[in-house]
Amino acid sequence: MAHKLPRTSRNVIRGISKGDWTAGGAAAQHGAMPHDHPDHPHALLPPDPALRVKALETILTEKGLIDPAALEEIIDTYQNRIGPQNGARVVARAWSDPEFRAALLADADPVLADLGYYGRQGEHMVVVENTPQQHNMVVCTLCSCYPWPLLGIPPGWYKSDAYRARAVREPRKVLAEFGVTLPPETAVRVWDSTAEVRYLVLPMRPEGTGGMSEEELAALVTRDSMIGTGLAKVPT
Amino acid sequence: MTRVHDMGGRFGDGPVVPEGEDAPVFAEDWHARALAVTLACGALGQWNIDTSRHARERLSPKDYTRFSYYEKWISALADLLVEKGVLTREDLQGQGAAGLHALAERALKAENVAGALAKGGPADREGGPAPRFSPGQAVRVRIPADNALVEGGHTRLPQYAAGAQGYILRLHGTHVLPDSSAHGLGEAPEPLYAVRFFARALWAHPEHPDDEVVLDLWQSYLEPL
Repeated sequence: MAHKLPRTSRNVIRGISKGDWTAGGAAAQHGAMPHDHPDHPHALLPPDPALRVKALETILTEKGLIDPAALEEIIDTYQNRIGPQNGARVVARAWSDPEFRAALLADADPVLADLGYYGRQGEHMVVVENTPQQHNMVVCTLCSCYPWPLLGIPPGWYKSDAYRARAVREPRKVLAEFGVTLPPETAVRVWDSTAEVRYLVLPMRPEGTGGMSEEELAALVTRDSMIGTGLAKVPT
Repeated sequence: MTRVHDMGGRFGDGPVVPEGEDAPVFAEDWHARALAVTLACGALGQWNIDTSRHARERLSPKDYTRFSYYEKWISALADLLVEKGVLTREDLQGQGAAGLHALAERALKAENVAGALAKGGPADREGGPAPRFSPGQAVRVRIPADNALVEGGHTRLPQYAAGAQGYILRLHGTHVLPDSSAHGLGEAPEPLYAVRFFARALWAHPEHPDDEVVLDLWQSYLEPL
């Protein structure tokens, strides 16, 4: 991801017309009133979010506070290397290996650390198992907490106001919006990630997967099934 | 009184719009940059995760509501950089001093990114008060749900659970208390519990009598019944 930085932050700022820059410009752009608190430092940056990031990145780079190569490394990690494929491998193994499954449900951290799935936003993992009696679903009503080492960066809907507000109060209606309808004998347990503990749902293994390898099984495990807004895919 | 981010149970947000499993991780290039700049600045060691969460929560309610997700991140980061004295307001206007910053030697280098992300930042600690509650025990969440140490301060106690009766499901261990840690008052570690609540103890119109919500709550958020 090539990202050419302007020579100086002054250039970035000169490149933006004054009309865009002032509170009046912000109001015009957003169709809203100017900031209630014009003393908030972020209001000094360009109002357009892409330019706001660019300006801050440029200022910090010039001062040696961030290293552009480190940014590329961070982006590459979460764009290409860490994602739901990690969680899917864990689920497929749990479906295939009863001892692994028991250890994972009893104390996930050492089991996941052995597989190399430890790190930022996954320091304290708990795996919760779906059964015919109980369906688990994960949310973070206060921000966007999510098990990064196993699922990567959360999808947009997980961070949306609608999901954060509604998942705890009407999970079944939210599930219906994902195309999932649970029978009345299945209770829903919603986990609100209010601390540094991160939750991964172990979905139920689909019918008709008896002879499948772990690799084949992992292909049935969707991101949403590990958040609890979906079910594992049924083989076709 | 709660802040705008504490939206669990709120009405009126409309449907959740699912994305396909193969949607891009970052919908826009600047989303990726915002995440990376934020993580890289965190590595300067001038604040902790609780402080950075609180910086987002302290955006004015109007900003919090109209800003997109990564707009909140980058705006709160700018506020925090100035508040902690890393940057000046002049810097943000492109009129600051030139040259390397005193903290430049602490900048996260590319070769250290993998190690830093893999190391994470565990929140469990030795010591702290002994666990007061055991699994199965009935507890009540304190009310109001405000930070008890700092007026308007950071807390991880959602308002929708305030005053509700629940049951200890498990003890996670002893974890840093965000209500203290966010404000430079020390880590003040406490036992942290998963506490289960019947939906009917939280909402006037639960969807199903057996449905539950589980929250992770620190010992000082809870009272015995």
